Amino acid sequence: MVLQPSLKNCLGLSCVLRTPKAGFRSTAGGALVIQSVSNDVYQNLAVEDWIHDHMDLEKRQVLFLWRNLPAVVIGRHQNPWQECNLRLLRQKNIKLARRRSGGGTVYHDLGNINLTFFTSKKKYERMENLKLVVKALKALRPQFDVHVTDRYDILLDRHYKISGTAAKLGRTSAYHHCTLLCNADKFVLSSVLKSPYKGLKSNATPSVPASVKNLFEEDPSLTSEMLLDAIVKEYAMQHQTDHHITLINPADETLLPGINNKTKELQTWEWVYGKTPKFSISTCLNMAYKGSVLDVKVNMDVKHGRIEVCNIDLPEQWLPPALYSKLVKSLTGSKFCPNEITALVTTLLRVCPQDDELHSRWNLLCENMIMLM
Amino acid sequence: VCIHRVRSCSSIRFIKSKYVCVFDKSALKFSHQQRLFRTSAVSCGQIVQFKLSDIGEGITEVTVKEWYIKEGDSVSQFDSICEVQSDKASVTITSRYDGVIRKLHYSIDDIAFVGKPLVDIEIDASKGVASEEDVVETPPMSHDEHTHQEIKGHKTLATPAVRRLAMENNIKLSEVVGTGKDNRILKEDILNYLAKQTGAILPPSPKAEIIPPLPKSETVPAAPKDKARKIPIPVSRPIVFSGKDKTEPVTGFQKAMVKTMSAALKIPHFGYCDEIDLTQLVQLREELKPVAEIRGVKLSFMPFFIKAASLGLLQYPILNASLDENCQNVTYKASHNIGVAMDTGQGLIVPNVKNVQVCSVFDIASELNRLQSLGSAGQLGTSDLTGGTFTLSNIGTIGGTYAKPVILPPEVAIGALGKIQVLPRFNGKGEVYKAQIMNVSWSADHRIIDGATMARFSNLWKSYLENPASMLLDLK
Repeated sequence: MVLQPSLKNCLGLSCVLRTPKAGFRSTAGGALVIQSVSNDVYQNLAVEDWIHDHMDLEKRQVLFLWRNLPAVVIGRHQNPWQECNLRLLRQKNIKLARRRSGGGTVYHDLGNINLTFFTSKKKYERMENLKLVVKALKALRPQFDVHVTDRYDILLDRHYKISGTAAKLGRTSAYHHCTLLCNADKFVLSSVLKSPYKGLKSNATPSVPASVKNLFEEDPSLTSEMLLDAIVKEYAMQHQTDHHITLINPADETLLPGINNKTKELQTWEWVYGKTPKFSISTCLNMAYKGSVLDVKVNMDVKHGRIEVCNIDLPEQWLPPALYSKLVKSLTGSKFCPNEITALVTTLLRVCPQDDELHSRWNLLCENMIMLM
Repeated sequence: VCIHRVRSCSSIRFIKSKYVCVFDKSALKFSHQQRLFRTSAVSCGQIVQFKLSDIGEGITEVTVKEWYIKEGDSVSQFDSICEVQSDKASVTITSRYDGVIRKLHYSIDDIAFVGKPLVDIEIDASKGVASEEDVVETPPMSHDEHTHQEIKGHKTLATPAVRRLAMENNIKLSEVVGTGKDNRILKEDILNYLAKQTGAILPPSPKAEIIPPLPKSETVPAAPKDKARKIPIPVSRPIVFSGKDKTEPVTGFQKAMVKTMSAALKIPHFGYCDEIDLTQLVQLREELKPVAEIRGVKLSFMPFFIKAASLGLLQYPILNASLDENCQNVTYKASHNIGVAMDTGQGLIVPNVKNVQVCSVFDIASELNRLQSLGSAGQLGTSDLTGGTFTLSNIGTIGGTYAKPVILPPEVAIGALGKIQVLPRFNGKGEVYKAQIMNVSWSADHRIIDGATMARFSNLWKSYLENPASMLLDLK
């Protein structure tokens, strides 16, 4: 496996490209294998966007290899509240990202390898890509029972999912990416991918839960390098290209102009949460107050990640009507985000009558509401 | 949603033939003025049904997930129209035509069929729809779509993007030499034309071109060099600025701040400022920092400022009070819950350290660490953010000397701390020495606090900080 430290070496001055869609040129054949030096999920997703938008994939195909520090990645049209335990993510400082391809939610950590196959729209063929991966695995460990299902999953021993797939198609190009579980933390995986939020009603794409297994459990002598090498070897063979892996730095603005803007966009609240399809929450808060438990029905509509409609069924006069109305008016239009709502309600409290009883009721209600987010 | 300038309908001398529009110079001048209008009465285009094209893998139906445009919007060729999903694949559908969206055939979450109409687009028949590159699955284009502008008898082929660039720079396509296929005018041709006019080389747009770094310069990135060569010389033609104002509603936390600050400004504020010599405190902190670090706490100056404030409040409790809505009663708060203004991603939030009157400087430092890490992670709870009785704002960490802080209701006083500067001062012997000087700006509610009280409190606070050993005498 030959590693080239930077793309600079394989480009000559003759490669000053003027066409709107440029491509990296190398002395090798029609396919390129690149690997990210970064473990930042946003930077890596931005590289996918960049290649999809800027590279001419009619003439050449690209295989992109990447791994991320702990992160949960949801599909383009999914609802993060439905898919994962956001509270746990925040506590454990696990990042949340929304990718541009469809499909379901996955957990990434350094024990998971991501492969992205970039082609022109004409050459978009997911089955072929997955068969390539299976072929590589079998070449490395012939005893492995791995096969591709018609749902584009790769199963180990006919039962355990080791790879999930998603794809993105644009006007002229397309990409298909998939995960590969080598040595991921299954305990964290199952706990973060379980949503604690009740009463959600949404048309967002749901994920299909599956039992998973790591390849390293099957054979502890494996390493990520061996797996990557086997896959690249198979890819190189099938595309009649050199067995080279070019390393790229997703922060390199000179090599990938505009990449930092793409990275920033992927981190904005508007993209990660705001792109959630409209959904509603219908649930009941059980508030323990002065020895008794109050059942408070809450109904909310959330659109573009913001509270569009909010109804809280409080016992009469539990909060003065003026105050209740102030709360509901302030929540409407606000981000469905615990941080934002906490700041909002505590700031509002400054201009409420200074009554200890009132303040403790207000805080109790607000804390319960925030738990929904 | 892309908002595009609607191009002239060229209806001045519109001969109703399908593909020939004849201009003369006067018509062109007219059309510039009319550029922004399109009266709905004059519908000079025809409606085309844009069908959902083949997606591959034998897929026949998809779910519509998001519309990027709505009825009435103008679109250009290659603009994104909608996002559809099929079996884990998300597909961006782009427009094949320039025109105005007249009808969406599906709503969100509907199933759309390949080969059936997706949207109706009204195409302006006088425009050319010459495509830049082959569209993979193009059905045979009708006569109307292959229209060319005839200007002075010359056919000018140019893509919509190139036409827009020409229009924005007031260039007549007829005067540009096309170097593309069939004398098609390319973007380079427009840029070269402009360059000849102005004698400068305009920088190419960063999106379209990728200039790889020159292999020679290993250490210095190519960008600054290129910038030096490409500083544009001011163009004599009017420069078109297409930026637009952006209006957003005030919501959420911002809305709450509006309410709070409006209430705050109803309080009659007065200000009192002073200068504090922190030379001794700086030294003390240097000595104590490693001790705190061993105990796992980062020690800044704030814990000292906070503790000194609390000691001062013990002598002047009216500064730790609250005035009720009708100004009938003053409540002297027993706890000194001192708020510390924090600048976070959301803006200004003020968590407070509870019961400073019974905390040591180390306790305060430890609590501050906890609040700061929660604050930067966006995880402060309601109890951290409520119950404050007095506030300090260390704006000096960002910059500034004197400030005019706004009291946070229901409190009655606030202090803003400027940055610490090294300045020359005279000591007791009349010698000049290097002093660490910080400015403080207090604001107080003049309805119940008078200037003398504020001044005496400030002097006491100042004396504790200028001579930290004196704090030891009064520490509780």
